[in-house]
Amino acid sequence: MKLELQGITKTFGPLVANDHIDLVVEPGEIHALLGENGAGKSTLMNVLYGLYDPDEGQILVDDAPVRFVGPGDAMAAGIGMVHQHFMLVPVFTVAENVVLGHEPVRGAGLIDLPEARRRVKEISDQFGFHVDPDAYIEDLPVGVQQRVEIIKALSRQAKVLILDEPTAVLTPQETDELIGIMRQLKESGTSIVFITHKLREVRAVADRITIIRRGKVVGTAEPSTSETELASLMVGRSVDLGVDRSVAVPGEATVQVRNLTVIDEAGVRQVDDVSFDVARGEILAIAGVQGNGQTELTEVMLGLQSPVAGSVQLDGVELVGRSVRDVLHAGVGFVPEDRSTDGVIADFSIAENLILDLHRYEPFARGVALRPAAVRENADKRIAEFDVRTGSIDAHASTLSGGNQQKVVLAREMSRPLRLLIASQPTRGLDVGSIEFVHTRIVQERDNGTPVIIVSTELDEVLALADRILVMYRGRVVGDVPGGTDRDVLGLMMAGVPEDEAVRQAAEHHTALGGADLEAAPPTPAPTTTAADTATPQEEL
Amino acid sequence: MSSPTPAPLPDAQVPPPGQTGVVAPAEEPDGGRRILHEMLTSSWLVSVLAVVLALLIGGLLIAAADAAVQEAAGYFFSRPGDLLAAAWSAVSEAYAALFAGAVFDPRAEELGRAVRPITETLTVATPLILAGLGLGIGFRAGLFNIGAQGQIILGGIFAGYIGFTFDLPPALHLLLCVIGAALGGALWAGIAGVLKARTGAHEVIVTIMLNNIAIYLVAYLLSLDAFQRPGSNNPVSPPIPDSAVYPLLLGGGYRLHAGFLVAIAAAVFTWWLMERSTIGFRFRAVGSNPHAARTAGISVNATYVWVMLTAGAFAGLAGSAQVLGTERVLTAGVAASYGFDAITVALLGRSKPLGTVLAGILFGALRAGGVVMQARTGTPIDIVLVVQSLIVLFIAAPPLVRSVFRLPSPGVPRAPKPVVPVTAKEVSA
Amino acid sequence: MSAPTIDAPASARPASPQVLPPIRWHAPIAYGVVALFGLVVFGLLGPSGETSTFGISTSRDFVQFTPFSVPSKLTATILCLGALALAGVSFYETRRREKAGVWLPITYGVLMVFAFLVWAVAGKDSALPLTGLLQGSLFLAIPLVFGALAGLLCERSGIINIAIEGQLLGGAFLAAVVATLTGSAYAGLIAAPIAGALVGLLLVLFSIKYVVNQIIVGVVLNVLVIGVTSYLFSTVLKENPDTWNNPPGLPVISIPVLSQIPIIGPVLFRQTALVYIMYVVVIVLQIMVFRSRWGLRLRSVGEHPKAADTVGIKVNRTRLRSTVLGGAVAGLGGAFFTVAAGLAFGKEMTNGKGYIALAAMILGRWSPKGALAAALLFGFANNLQLQLSIIQTPIPSQIMLMTPYIVTIFAVAGLVGRVRPPAAEGIPYTK
Repeated sequence: MKLELQGITKTFGPLVANDHIDLVVEPGEIHALLGENGAGKSTLMNVLYGLYDPDEGQILVDDAPVRFVGPGDAMAAGIGMVHQHFMLVPVFTVAENVVLGHEPVRGAGLIDLPEARRRVKEISDQFGFHVDPDAYIEDLPVGVQQRVEIIKALSRQAKVLILDEPTAVLTPQETDELIGIMRQLKESGTSIVFITHKLREVRAVADRITIIRRGKVVGTAEPSTSETELASLMVGRSVDLGVDRSVAVPGEATVQVRNLTVIDEAGVRQVDDVSFDVARGEILAIAGVQGNGQTELTEVMLGLQSPVAGSVQLDGVELVGRSVRDVLHAGVGFVPEDRSTDGVIADFSIAENLILDLHRYEPFARGVALRPAAVRENADKRIAEFDVRTGSIDAHASTLSGGNQQKVVLAREMSRPLRLLIASQPTRGLDVGSIEFVHTRIVQERDNGTPVIIVSTELDEVLALADRILVMYRGRVVGDVPGGTDRDVLGLMMAGVPEDEAVRQAAEHHTALGGADLEAAPPTPAPTTTAADTATPQEEL
Repeated sequence: MSSPTPAPLPDAQVPPPGQTGVVAPAEEPDGGRRILHEMLTSSWLVSVLAVVLALLIGGLLIAAADAAVQEAAGYFFSRPGDLLAAAWSAVSEAYAALFAGAVFDPRAEELGRAVRPITETLTVATPLILAGLGLGIGFRAGLFNIGAQGQIILGGIFAGYIGFTFDLPPALHLLLCVIGAALGGALWAGIAGVLKARTGAHEVIVTIMLNNIAIYLVAYLLSLDAFQRPGSNNPVSPPIPDSAVYPLLLGGGYRLHAGFLVAIAAAVFTWWLMERSTIGFRFRAVGSNPHAARTAGISVNATYVWVMLTAGAFAGLAGSAQVLGTERVLTAGVAASYGFDAITVALLGRSKPLGTVLAGILFGALRAGGVVMQARTGTPIDIVLVVQSLIVLFIAAPPLVRSVFRLPSPGVPRAPKPVVPVTAKEVSA
Repeated sequence: MSAPTIDAPASARPASPQVLPPIRWHAPIAYGVVALFGLVVFGLLGPSGETSTFGISTSRDFVQFTPFSVPSKLTATILCLGALALAGVSFYETRRREKAGVWLPITYGVLMVFAFLVWAVAGKDSALPLTGLLQGSLFLAIPLVFGALAGLLCERSGIINIAIEGQLLGGAFLAAVVATLTGSAYAGLIAAPIAGALVGLLLVLFSIKYVVNQIIVGVVLNVLVIGVTSYLFSTVLKENPDTWNNPPGLPVISIPVLSQIPIIGPVLFRQTALVYIMYVVVIVLQIMVFRSRWGLRLRSVGEHPKAADTVGIKVNRTRLRSTVLGGAVAGLGGAFFTVAAGLAFGKEMTNGKGYIALAAMILGRWSPKGALAAALLFGFANNLQLQLSIIQTPIPSQIMLMTPYIVTIFAVAGLVGRVRPPAAEGIPYTK
């Protein structure tokens, strides 16, 4: 099936998300849509999937114009979509999710569950997914949830499959498997639109690449195009892919985490006997696939949750058992992973958001009275220092872009002397400019002698920032390795393989992306690397 | 965080429709046209029109139930004018009586009696304003407190008991009664706050249950010797002595008492509390986004308790206005329906102090006028409930009012600002 | 995961020492304290030498049982000791980190209730009619069951329905008026859901189209319905009660054979059509909500509306339909107040039952069978108070009247714990 978008325009108020975008997806092609966060890729795909109504332009299927009023129409036309945030009902089973919307029924409208299970098994077996149709979604790891999404799309006879940032939640090995699945699908005649901002993946898998920037198509490219070239097309200027930073000079280890164990209400061990140190002037990155205990670990350190056992000491002072307020007051800076939920208050002004944790202290308060003048003065200073792009400090935080919201959070958390900075997913969803800014500020904080903990599911980020890497899997620390460790080794560790075993396996079997990594050799200013990186690229593309 | 985020943004930099704060000036209509446009799209106009629309619908109901109108409808096709005339006279008489009972009575012989209605309005408005302020604080903190009714009763019980039991010097006695009332209301609301904080019990359910318990509690207490008027078997307390009542503001001819000044002072205090104090900052933060508040070191559970205590104290003061001011006695009906009316007052006032005062006076006027209307024209006071609820519904839905009156909508389609922050989700302890 | 790597266990280090979460002792302690209280008050301090009499049959029963009497003090003591033993079982199981079955709280509850009854009716001449107690409980539970089902239909689709009270009241009003005008109670039964559906329609209209907070709309609609029905009552119904407000009652239909079963026969199968409809609605909804296509879509809209939208389910249309349906169910329940017993409509006659129904829905964890059980519990508490006030117990009537509400608070705060409502409840869906 051939799919064509002509002159698609979509605006949200004053913001033009898509500006006359043209795109042709040939039958049996893997077409990459490359663009940085906020470029308008997802909006375009939501238009294609019938979720948004375009202001202008038309969609053609096999050269015939079609109009999608809702996703139902798009599905009927053979378009399937795997959303970045999975569209699965957590309390439903796999089978229920797969058949939702086109359920097989027996008399009286009751669902034919055996038939539903059969549909899941059929596709699952065809691609070797091994998915249990009766498992509940909320109990499944994200990698499996993604497969459920693919099954869901394929069970509706999708001829064009849109994958929106599908690798964000995967380990390199899982990504490799996904690429295998994409090729298998392509061979069976399914076209794939692959949306991503990761250059390395695009080059590994795409037949053709369309690059969009600020809502416009800025060019098309062949997979052989170099990463640097793709990056400059994507961002609109030449970008340095690495973070400019000096070698870490770790001081004494002032943060000591010992035997931390967290058990949730359902009895699941979210954090299992975790111990580590962080030294002054060092960035420790905690790597792992989403949902392997990193969130709980940071929340315990902040005092949002209480552990069943273990201790967290900062400069010899115990933090476990203290309130969040006390932990913050003890000099911990915390950048939460979900900034819109936990970081900012959407209908508070920027000035108010900048004093959320400091509002009760001098100079912002005297007794119980707030001092608006001091609050405003602080806001003016911070938005200048952190380059927050806004018309007014009185504007609500909800008017800011993701990058600027994150700058507000950083400005707040770094505006007092820190003894420890914890930043979870500090650049998730940000554009390249904001990523550079955030990374630079974090490295600066390290250079000031603050111990820093970064939690990231993005290996690129881990490798760009870490002086030391802790890999977590199912709540446990799989290994503690130096920064710059080979990404295949890290990927295997993220899947629970112990360090020495991972090094051995990675040497035997290099992933497509790991290969691309070696081949492209991005200009990362060499962090002190001890990676046992002796493997040669085996899989050519 | 293994479950997918329910409502992802389309792209990081793309605000979803309706949330964008950047208002694009669609066109620049110049001079007078622009002023007209602004007037037509202002929220004040919508508020006024919402009241007008509610009164119109109320008028339809009044006309429909009028005997003369029903009779005229019988021969509508032969003399349609009669129906309109009958309807007009029914509705205008009813509303004229409402106005006369609420604001100014032109039929009164002397000026003193003519302005008496407005003082009645303010008297009735006093408990509405006080309880409404408390509920508004709760709404802004994300707590849907339905329990003003019970809190007013508890305030009344405490104020009344201290009032008729002890014999104390005048100013001190009143002060103690008022403090007692605030404590009583705070205690009752505090139960819901503590249960919410400790067990996650939903405050809507708990406060509704506490309302019912309070009703039986006051009935039970009034059956005891300690509360009953000596020599009486009726559920009525002894009268409150002069040392403990709110002084009358305009002398003997009027019921307006110092409780109204307490209400105004409470409104000013509420403004300061919510806008200028660190406590109010936390209340608002928890109401807008409990997760972010918690992450920033604000104890959400402690805030819930404090919010309920504050809201309860205000409702308790409303109870004192009844027992120490308007009624000067404790009865089982001390709270009338003020607790429920206060919910609509707070909603209409958008949970802000000034708005609550104005809404309280408006609903006080409807209530005071409704009594006179029922007496003079026989139109049941229940119509006031209809008008009251319609006003709140219309004000909460500006697009509806605009489309009824064919007003232009404001420049950029914006989701109506929720009167109460949508914080349905609980924060686990 | 097909790759062998994924299944590799994290065996880098030896297994960590088993750290277990702290045990929560709340339940056994609560059981123990209440049982001890009962043992002291009902048993040890109870009236000596008295007997408590209970009746079993009604006069119309096929098989007649004579009322039986038991020695008050001894029986109450034994029952409370039994409850104390159950508290011990709970303690033991909690210590072993096992979860006790649902039988435990139920048995415990039955023992304590009987201990209380034995104490309360000690020395009374008239027997406490047990069958009547159950029959009355079922009767009083009717509006609660319908109300709770209405609530769950709406909330499962993501709309919070605080307007149950208004829907019940509207149903009661229209049922009375239509039944009087037509002279047929069944016509009233048909009209009642229409009133409820109208209130539901307003609720969903303001919630979806005008995106008003759903709790606000619900509360305000309750006031509106009270206002409109009271106004019409005062102006129209009261003027001409015979024309407008004198509804006939639904006849009691005895199901042959079934109604002759001792004790439960008359309770369950000597009822009005409204009760039989209730049985059907509970069973049908229990099956349809959890096992049908309609139910799957309904729940998906309440849990993850965007996911439902992406597979072509119309979110707001589904919400509209289920909320109107929910309103109709509550309206039908409103018929209980008027035509079920042939009573005239009165101002605010639902008297807060809608809110109790809401509590029953939460207590029943958003499932039809749970709602039924919770509604029966509330009905029992309510009826117990009525029965005991007739036979003059030592407890002041006001305190008895408070009990259902206190029970609800304990239930919501303690028994239910942190339940999980539909995830998207109360959140408007906009693309």
